[in-house]
Formats: sequence, structure tokens, C-alpha cells
Amino acid sequence: MPKLQFDEKVCETCPTADCLVKCRFIDVDKDQAKAEMLRIARGEDSIVFDSCVTCYACEEYCKRGNHPFYLITEKREEKGLLTAPRAITTQWINIGEPQGKYKVGQIGKKVLSFGYMPELLDMAKGKLFEDLSPSFVFGQEFFCNVVYIHFANTSIIKKRLPMVMENFKKLGVEEVVCLHDECYGSFAHLAPAYGIEVPFKPIHYFDYLYERLQELKEQLRPLNIKVTYQRPCSSRLSSDKHRRVRQIMELIGAELVEREYQDENALCCGGIFAMLYGYDLANEVQTKNIEDMISHGAKYCVFNCPACQNTLGDKVAKKGIIPVHMIDLCKMAIGEKPLPEE
Amino acid sequence: MERIARLLANIVGPEYVSTASEERYFYARDPGLMPAHSPDYVVLPQSTKQIQQIIRLANQEKIPVVPMGAGLALTGLVIPLKGGIIVDMKRMNKILEVNEKARYALVEGGTSQGVLKSYLERHHPRLRHSVPDAPPTATIAANVSIHGQGRLTQQYGFNSDLVSGLEVVTGTGDVCRIGSCALSGSWFSKGAPMPDLSGMFLGWFGSTGIITKVAVKLYPKKNLRDVEIFVTDRAELVPDIVFEITHTEMAEDILVFTQPKPMMFKDNHHVSFYITGDTEEELEFKRKMIWHALDPFIKSKDGGFMGIPPIMKPVLLESPQRSASRLADVKKGGGFEYSGPIIMLEAYPECMKKLQDLAAKYDLAYSGMVRIIDCGHAAMFAFAFAFNRADADMMERTRNAIKEVSDFVLDIGGLHWKPTVNEQKLAIAHMDPNTRKLMEIIKANLDPNGIMNPGNWEVC
Ligand SMILES: Cc1cc2nc3c(=O)[nH]c(=O)nc-3n(C[C@H](O)[C@H](O)[C@H](O)COP(=O)(O)OP(=O)(O)OC[C@H]3O[C@@H](n4cnc5c(N)ncnc54)[C@H](O)[C@@H]3O)c2cc1C
Repeated sequence: MPKLQFDEKVCETCPTADCLVKCRFIDVDKDQAKAEMLRIARGEDSIVFDSCVTCYACEEYCKRGNHPFYLITEKREEKGLLTAPRAITTQWINIGEPQGKYKVGQIGKKVLSFGYMPELLDMAKGKLFEDLSPSFVFGQEFFCNVVYIHFANTSIIKKRLPMVMENFKKLGVEEVVCLHDECYGSFAHLAPAYGIEVPFKPIHYFDYLYERLQELKEQLRPLNIKVTYQRPCSSRLSSDKHRRVRQIMELIGAELVEREYQDENALCCGGIFAMLYGYDLANEVQTKNIEDMISHGAKYCVFNCPACQNTLGDKVAKKGIIPVHMIDLCKMAIGEKPLPEE
Repeated sequence: MERIARLLANIVGPEYVSTASEERYFYARDPGLMPAHSPDYVVLPQSTKQIQQIIRLANQEKIPVVPMGAGLALTGLVIPLKGGIIVDMKRMNKILEVNEKARYALVEGGTSQGVLKSYLERHHPRLRHSVPDAPPTATIAANVSIHGQGRLTQQYGFNSDLVSGLEVVTGTGDVCRIGSCALSGSWFSKGAPMPDLSGMFLGWFGSTGIITKVAVKLYPKKNLRDVEIFVTDRAELVPDIVFEITHTEMAEDILVFTQPKPMMFKDNHHVSFYITGDTEEELEFKRKMIWHALDPFIKSKDGGFMGIPPIMKPVLLESPQRSASRLADVKKGGGFEYSGPIIMLEAYPECMKKLQDLAAKYDLAYSGMVRIIDCGHAAMFAFAFAFNRADADMMERTRNAIKEVSDFVLDIGGLHWKPTVNEQKLAIAHMDPNTRKLMEIIKANLDPNGIMNPGNWEVC
């Protein structure tokens, strides 16, 4: 069984304890933060177990690569502390169960991975993907399984992720362009944290888009719109790729409005919060987030993760902000898709 | 036979009578599991007067008469068990009146759900009736005569409770008005404040007379509608969850479903409820009230709200919901049968277990679906099985499973809904003798020659 590579000493010597000090759901100072993390590491009880809402942000706050969130998750599971209602966990585990219904295209050395996000199947078409799109994988057999950390269930990840790696290995692929942010997080961040071998080079689709847009520079027309970006929880696992949002926006002539809940201070879409904790937390987070978008003049809300878009898309639209996925926005910039009217 | 056909042709016109074998083949069966039996004549009348003449003729000749809507009740209720005349009501499909302020619609006895729904959408967009999930060709009169349930049943009761007046031709050939329409031209009440005589026709499957006009109550149609699904893995909590939802008085329809496929539904019970509102604010208020009511289950981790995938929402919001018919094709070959007893919701766990045991015992694809009736006073529990019509063995296994449900229903204190003839016999056998006597009196007086849908409710 893969094992989390967590080093207690890294926490002991941490100068900031940012993992919990910065957490918006837990109110602790540096000393208490450190003490809580050490308690967790030693298998003791901690206030963190009651307060952590599984936003993944501490994985980004920890600049020493010690995986505080994975640790919290591991220990919750060990102690049988459920984050989600049992039925919801069962449902998600069932959804991700491999059933032999996967789809693969004409596999080359480099493939597009749709994970298990059907929304992406239609999106990854056209000029941006023309060279690569015949070579793709889709289905539970290639699904990264990271989502189960929301449900304090790492066993299922540890069981399934090595099988996913095997499936990729069998295809003999060398590079995988992950169209779902979470898949990239899984292959580039979670798998190494558990010592799971990744038999290919994972590429974040932001990197891919950035490069591709540069190749298509001639066709780029500045969009001249004010946008905001909805950062997904999984992006905390690949925070080094977050800078690409700004770079892509610059390239396509979209102005990223400066607002309170952005970058490290971003707020979740709330979808998982609703499932795990009910109405109030999700509603509070969503209301704050959308009001922030409105008050800073955003006209479009750019989504990275289709699940965030499913959760928040309608809600922002009802407030007059147009929801659009990053890939679609890039297609608009090269004139492949019309820009929806404000 | 030819003589009767000629007499019938004199009543409805020759093009609306048939004794052709292909027509009789078609009218001999329904889409369910009951054995076929051929009628001798098929007629399509166009007026109350014609129906009156048909029944008078049938009385003279002692020929059975079976009224038929769309034939979608599935339990053999339109199969002419003793031959005779099928009275296909489809030509009597006019909407006669809609009273906006008193909120009722008066329609002819063969009018379909779909016709009324689209008429209201076009002409009275702020009104709606209680649409069942049957295919839209299903008729309103037949649906109330089998105590059907629709999208407004959770709020207002069985669709038959929503009747506000009837015109019937009794088995004796008398045309009779029931409710306020018996005294005035208005169709706002089926009984109160007078004796409610509608019970002599509602629930009788046409065995006391034919409904030629029916008025149904209409209700506000809000601009917005949404659906939420609460999921639990504990069957025993379903009655409590529904109790909390109904206590808020905020939900429109409430349905519970359990099915092993697709995988996302495996091992859980899904309580889906609908909310409506004229504004986003109203909708959100209702949503919040219900979510809050279920907070204790979320806190104890016994249940939670699932995120509904965007492709699923439009399917769930359809009315009627076509996905109900899709189960019919799970096994390919288009067979679908459900036994839908009316139970008290506290029997949900027992029913669920029975359904799963039967599916395992007979190796059948299943789905369990519950519609909450009238704020939880009762519930319809559909034991649904899909089968392949080309597979005789699978059909037999389904028949056996459904038969076991029939016995089980009475054991748990439930009532068969739209019972097959055998279930009707079981119910009659279990009934209080004085109740049965009262039914006998009604039947003997309204259908002295026993010609109306014979085989059904044969108390005499
Ligand atoms: C996929 C599917 C989903 C369904 N969902 C629902 C649902 O959500 N709710 C629900 O209630 N039902 C449901 N049903 C069952 C059934 O289809 C409906 O109840 C439907 O309304 C029956 O109408 P019908 O016109 O098909 O009736 P028929 O089958 O034609 O007739 C039913 C009974 O009424 C009698 N009858 C017909 N017309 C008259 C008349 N004018 N006067 C007196 N008696 C008459 C018939 O003799 C028969 O005994 C469903 C069926 C299917 C196949």
C-alpha cells in the first residue's frame, strides 16, 4: 500500500505554520497551529478535525512540501471521522468505479486526458487541440481519484491510483495533457507524495493552452473583457501552474479584475461544502464570492474545473456574470467561438 | 355479430366501429403482463348521447362494455375479459371550460393529460393540473377512475381528490351529473356540501359507468421550478426524512427512488423533491427551509444532498418524466410492469427489502419508486420490473415476482393500486363484510346486468 511521505520534523521546525495560520476556517496562532499539526501527526485528537472543511488550501500554504492536508485526511480516516454523509461518499466511490466503459482514441506518445469529466469531451476540439485530439483517454480507468480526499478516504485512492498508472503504462504514453486540473494535481503532486510511480510526464492544460495560443498568435484577437477566475480546490495541488491564468489572460486580452478572493485567498465554488455540510457554509462562501466578483466589475467568470462551473455557473449567471470555461474562452480569443454578449 | 356491429354503426357512424381482427388483436392487450383477450367490437363514440345509446344497447343484448382511455394502466384493466364492446374514448377530447378564478378545467371523458397540459400552457400559463408521469396520451378520466397520482399529489392528494365534478353514464344508461354541476352550471365541487356521490364511480375502473365529462381542480403554476435530491444509505430513515420535508410545507412533488443502476444510484435511497417559485427569492427561500430541515441528518452523516449533474436536471424536471418509460427498455424488448400499492410510508424499509429480495430471487432488473401522497398521509410504492417481451421465461419470472408483491401488500397493511383482477379478488376476500355489502348494493343498482367492465370489482 502506498504510504504518505510526511515528516514530523518539518513541522517542528516550521517558521510560520502557515498551513493553519492562513486557514480561513480555523482561527489559531503560530504556536497553536504547530501544536495541532504535531498532535495530528502523532495520531492524537485535534480541533482541526472539527473545523477543516477540506478546501485543500493548506497544501498550497505549506511551502515546505509536507502535505498537511493529506495528513489530516489520513488521520481522519484512521479515526473513522467522516467528513461527508456516508451515502454521498458511497455515491462518489460508485461513480468512480472502473466498469470497462472507458474510451481511448488513436493513442500516440502524447495524449489528452479527460479524466472522467464528460463535459470535457466536447470542449477539447478545434484548432487548439487539432494535433492532439485524436489521441485521448476518458473514463474511470483513467480517473485520478483525488476527489476522495474530500471524503477522508485515502484508501480508495491508494487502491485505485496505482491501477490508473498501470492503465497508462499499458498504453505506452510518454506525456499526458490533463484537461482536468485535479488529474494534474493527482499525477504531479499527490502520487509523488505517496511514492506512487507516475510512468509519464503530466502536463497541465494551462501550459498546453499557453503554448498553443502562442503558436496561434496570428489569429488572436484581444477579447477586451473584464473577467474573474474561479479557482478550484484542486489548483492548490498545482499552485505553480496558477500563474498561467494571468499569463493566458494577458495573451488573449482579457482583464483579470483584482478582487479580494483571488489567488491564495480564493474561495471554493462551494459544491463540496453543500454535500458535506449543508446549506449555510456553501451559501455563505458562494454569496461572498459572487458579491466580490460583482463589486469588482467582473463581466465573465472563467472556470478551470467543470465541476465548479456546474456548481457556480448558474448562480453567477443569475447575477449577470457570464460563466465560461477557460478552454472556451481561448477558443473565443482565436475566433473559433462567439463571445457571449454581456 | 354483424347485427350488433350494424346497430353500433347506427349510433357512432360506420367508420367508428370495427370488428376487424387486426383491430381486435390490438385492443385485446395492454403493455403489461396480463393475458390478452379479444373484444368483439371496438367503437369510438363522440358524445355522451352516443355512449348512452351504446350502454342501452349493451343492456338489451347483455354484452359487456369496457371503457378505455389510452390503455396504459398496465394491469389489464382495459382487457375485455369477457369480450364485448371496447368503448375507446379518444374522440371525446374537448376542453369544455377553464374557470381561471375558481381554478378548474372541465374536459370530455377521453381528453388526454397532454392535451390539457398544452392547452393550459398556451391559454392559462398561471394554472396547472396534476400531471401523472404516464405517457401524455393517458386520459384524465381514466386516471381519476383508478385514483392516479400526479405532480401535485404530495400537496393536494390523489388525482381523484382533485376532481370537482363528473358527468357519467351509469351502467343502466342514465346520464347523471355529480357535484355542484348537478344544481348549477358550475363545476367547482364534486360533492361538498351535499352527499359526495363521486365515490360510486372513482376507483371503480368503469364497472359502474362511463365518465363522459370530468372537472379537475387547477393550481398555481409558478415561473420557476427546481429539484433537489437528498441521499441516505439507511432505508429506515426515509420516512423521517420525508416527514421533515413535508413538515416545511415547501415542497411540490416528493419522490423516493432506489435502483442499482446506473452505478451512481447503487446502495442508496434518493429522496427527490421539487420546489417552485415565482421569483428566485421565493425559490431560494423554500430551498433553504428544506435544507435546514434536513440538517440533523447531514450532521449525523446519515444523509446529504447530492450534486445533480447538469445533464440529469432537465430529465428530472420534465413533466411527465419520460425516464419512467425508459425503465421499460432496460432489458430491451420493451416490457415493464409495476405493482404500485398504496402504503403508509413507515413500511418503506420493508417494501424496499421485499423488492430487492424478489429481484434477486427471480433475477430481474428492478427499480423502487415512491410518490408521497397528501403530505405523507400515504405513499405509492412502485415495485417495478423491466422485462424482455421476447423472453418468455423472464416474463414468467416477472409475473411471479408481481404475484408475490400482491400477497405481501396485504400482509403489511397496504392496498393494491389499480389492482389486477386477481388483486381485486384478494381485496374483496379480505374486506370487512359490510363494506363488501355496500359495494354490492352500489354495483347491483348501477350495473344490474353486470355488463360494465365485467371481471372487475365483481362483488355481486
Ligand atoms: C411509464 C408509465 C408511468 C406511469 N406513471 C404514472 C403516474 O405517475 N401516475 C399515475 O397515476 N399513473 C401512472 N401510470 C399508470 C397509467 O398509465 C396512468 O394512471 C394513466 O392515467 C391511465 O390512463 P389511461 O387513459 O391509459 O387508462 P386506461 O388504461 O385506458 O384505463 C384505466 C381504467 O379506467 C377505465 N376507464 C377508462 N376511461 C374511462 C372513463 N371515461 N370512464 C370510466 N372508466 C374509464 C378503464 O376501463 C380502466 O379500468 C404510468 C404508466 C406508465 C406506463
